[in-house]
Amino acid sequence: MAASAPVLRIRDLNAFYGESHVLHGVDLEVAEGEVVTLLGRNGSGRTSTLRSILGLVGRRTGSIEIRGRETVGMAPHRIARLGVGYCPEERGIFASLTAEENLLLLPKVGDAGMSVQEIYAMFPNLEERRRSPGTRLSGGEQQMLAMARILRAGARLLLLDEITEGLAPVIVQALGRVVLQLRERGYTVVLVEQNFRFAAPLADRHFLVEHGRIVDMIPRDALSSRTEQLHRFLGV
Amino acid sequence: MRALFGQLLVGLINGSFYALLSLGLAIIFGLLNVVNFSHGALYMTGAFAAWMGLHYLGVPYWGALLLAPLAVGLLGVVIERTMLRRLYQLDHLYGLLLTFGLTLIIEGLFHHQFGNSGNGYPVPELLQGGSDLGFMFLPRYRAWVVVVSVAVCLASWFVIERTRLGAYLRAGTENPRLLQAFGVNVPVMLTLTYGFGVALAGFAGVMAAPIYQVSPGMGSSLIIVVFAVVVIGGMGSIFGSIVTGLGLGLVEGLTKYLYPPAASTVVFIIMALVLLVRPAGLFGRQK
Repeated sequence: MAASAPVLRIRDLNAFYGESHVLHGVDLEVAEGEVVTLLGRNGSGRTSTLRSILGLVGRRTGSIEIRGRETVGMAPHRIARLGVGYCPEERGIFASLTAEENLLLLPKVGDAGMSVQEIYAMFPNLEERRRSPGTRLSGGEQQMLAMARILRAGARLLLLDEITEGLAPVIVQALGRVVLQLRERGYTVVLVEQNFRFAAPLADRHFLVEHGRIVDMIPRDALSSRTEQLHRFLGV
Repeated sequence: MRALFGQLLVGLINGSFYALLSLGLAIIFGLLNVVNFSHGALYMTGAFAAWMGLHYLGVPYWGALLLAPLAVGLLGVVIERTMLRRLYQLDHLYGLLLTFGLTLIIEGLFHHQFGNSGNGYPVPELLQGGSDLGFMFLPRYRAWVVVVSVAVCLASWFVIERTRLGAYLRAGTENPRLLQAFGVNVPVMLTLTYGFGVALAGFAGVMAAPIYQVSPGMGSSLIIVVFAVVVIGGMGSIFGSIVTGLGLGLVEGLTKYLYPPAASTVVFIIMALVLLVRPAGLFGRQK
């Protein structure tokens, strides 16, 4: 793992929305095929970290390398084409497009994209609802769609923001199975999660985010011994 | 009876131009959030491009129908790349002010060069004459204008609602930042959309050349009504702008027959009523 360059390497990342300074020197490395989480309270800078990787903040300084390519100063559409897929917290399903149009909308960003058949095998509901307007789908279906479209586009580095938020337990379990499948297939995943019980069994490493920087890292095998520290940190 | 149908035809012709122009405005407003005030001036530029092509270079109507919109579209691309692009982060008002300023400059240039009087443009030979339908006389060129405008509008609607290119446009209208984060080159899309929207205006200008006088003021007299059409149809609604454009042309024609003094104000009366009852317009979505 250490031999190849990391898929994602962030060094001293500072990010700004207008005048407000939201990230204060984030350092983060994610290796190929790893699943990591960013844990923290609301407003700690987890979503801003994902949005910074995509170039969706006002201004960023520092370094963000994706597969060895420096992306600070790159236009967002070029960053995506390095094979980055994004599920925004609000899911970002386009209301004026049908479910299938949403699915097929994204341009190819890698050559490992899943076929529509594979997608429908993984998310059977989407096939039934493919002619419905995107936002008529249930919350769970919209989340599936938001995942499915980046998989079809061929992204191999997935940035998933709060994908379980507001969903029924049975859907959350289904999403957990999807993330596990992706892990087995060698995808690299950065999860932003509130639901620690969802994230714990999926991730290799957990990064703790506070005040716009990464303050600690807990590997999977240290999780049980540090649960109490983690709960204190998250305020649960 | 003949008078009624005559006026309805005039209304339908005007409506065709309203539809073509408001369609372009709607597409541009939807994606770029710019109220393109220079639309009328670019419509006039299209008409003059056809006129100049014919008189200086001998380009016939059919060539102009293709080349003039292309030239206007290209001008639009330059405007977007060099000026409009800088205003996207700001309030709508700045785009409106810039394009209003451009209108004054473009119209001023044509005034300076060609004066205020209109220049005639001959109806192409193939479309001269007309036929008597019994209840009215239908000039061939006018029938052509209506049919082609409706066809162009429907084709645009089809592309926007039913194709992949249109899906990009619709998605970009909803959330351009996210669309770009998915790998779509949104800046180029904005440029091409503006170019296409104003090319439609240039196309309308060529179509209008043989009917109206080609004069520097022809755009500003039309654009005010077109803005009323856009407001009535609903800002940014593609289908709404087409239907409303044609519909209001007909209403105007009908008014000219029933009560001529009100013909030039009826559109604005409807606009006021629509704004009172449905502020987002007949086909607009409430935000």
